[in-house]
Amino acid sequence: MNNLVHLLAALLLTVAMPSISAIAADLPDGVKVGDVAPDFSLLNVDGKQLVLHEQTTVKGLIVVFTCNHCPYSVRYEDRINALDAKYREMGYAVVAINPNDTVAVPEDSYAKMIDRARAKKFTFPYLVDASQNIAKAYGARRTPHVYVLSRQKNNFRVEYIGAIDDAAEGTIGEKFVENAIDELIAGKAPQTTFTKAVGCTIKWKKD
Amino acid sequence: MNRLLRIVALVACMGVARAGVAQIGLDELELRWKNGGDTTFVVNFWATWCKPCVAELPAFDKLHRSMSGKVKVLLVSLDSPSERTTTVQTFVKRRNLSAEVCLLNEPRPHTWIDRIDPDWSGAIPCTLILNAKHAKRAFYERDFTEAALRSTVEEFLRTCK
Repeated sequence: MNNLVHLLAALLLTVAMPSISAIAADLPDGVKVGDVAPDFSLLNVDGKQLVLHEQTTVKGLIVVFTCNHCPYSVRYEDRINALDAKYREMGYAVVAINPNDTVAVPEDSYAKMIDRARAKKFTFPYLVDASQNIAKAYGARRTPHVYVLSRQKNNFRVEYIGAIDDAAEGTIGEKFVENAIDELIAGKAPQTTFTKAVGCTIKWKKD
Repeated sequence: MNRLLRIVALVACMGVARAGVAQIGLDELELRWKNGGDTTFVVNFWATWCKPCVAELPAFDKLHRSMSGKVKVLLVSLDSPSERTTTVQTFVKRRNLSAEVCLLNEPRPHTWIDRIDPDWSGAIPCTLILNAKHAKRAFYERDFTEAALRSTVEEFLRTCK
C-alpha cells in the first residue's frame, strides 16, 4: 500500500512538473523485453571472437555489462561466477561484456581484463566492446547491467533487463536474474522483467 | 512518533556541517525540496567510490558557496552501509566540503530509483534540480564541469522567474 502511494506520488510529481531530462550523449533507448537481442561479435579475454548467433548449443545467455574498476561490479563478481556455475549446465551461460572507454578508465583495458578474469577465476567469457556499439544497441547504462536472453529459432530474445538482485550489499531479498531463469527453465515467462539498481555509469568515449 | 523522527532527521541533516553527516530516508529527502518554497534545490547523488562523482564535487561545492542565496546544494551520498558515516565523514572533512552532505539510508534501490526520476537508470553521478514554487524539475544522468553546471543552474533559475 505504502509502495502504491509512493508510486502515485512519483507519477503525480512527474506529470505535474514540466520535466527536463538529459542523459549523457543522448544515448539510444536500446532494447526492450520481447525484442530480438542485437547480434555481436566481440573479442574475448582468450583472444578469440565470440559471436552471439553462433551460440547454438545454449538455451539462453546471461549477458552482463560489467567492468574491472566499478566497485558495484566488483561486489557482484562472485555472484556472477555463481550464476554461471549454477546455470551453465542448465543451458544458461554467463557472457560478460566490458563497454568502458579505457582512456577514461585505464583499469578497464583489455590487458587488465585478462588479469582480472584470471585472478577471479572467471568461468565465463569476458568480452571487450571496444566500439561501445553493443552497449548502445542494448541500451546498457550502468555496470553491472544484465540482459537475460533466450535462444529462439534464428536469434535470441530479450527476457529480462536489470539488476542481478535487490541488494549490492547486505541481505538479499529477491534474486531477479535467478528467478527469471528459473521461470524460463520451467517454461514460463518471467514475472519480473525489468528492474533498476545503483551502479557506475558506463564511461562513454568523449567525441 | 514518525513525525517526530522526521523532524529530528531534518534538523540533523540541516546541522550537518557541524554535527557530521546525517543519514536520511527518501521520504525526508523529498520533504526537503517539497517544503522548499522558492528555493531551487540542486541535489547531486554521489558516492566516495565513484570517480566521476568525486571529480565533479568541487563544482557543486563552488556552486554552493557562490550562489547560496539562490540555490540549495544537497550532496546525497549513496555509499553502501559498510562504508557509511565514517568514510563519508572523513571524506567530507578531507575535501573541505562546505555544501550539505547527507547519506541516503534506503535499501532496495529498485523500489525507489524511479521516485527520484523515471529516466534515471540508477547510474551515478546524477543530478536533480527542482523548484517547488514554480513546479519545475530537471534531471541529468551525467557528470558536470564547473562551467556546465553553472550554466545549467542559471538557465534553470531563468525559467523560475
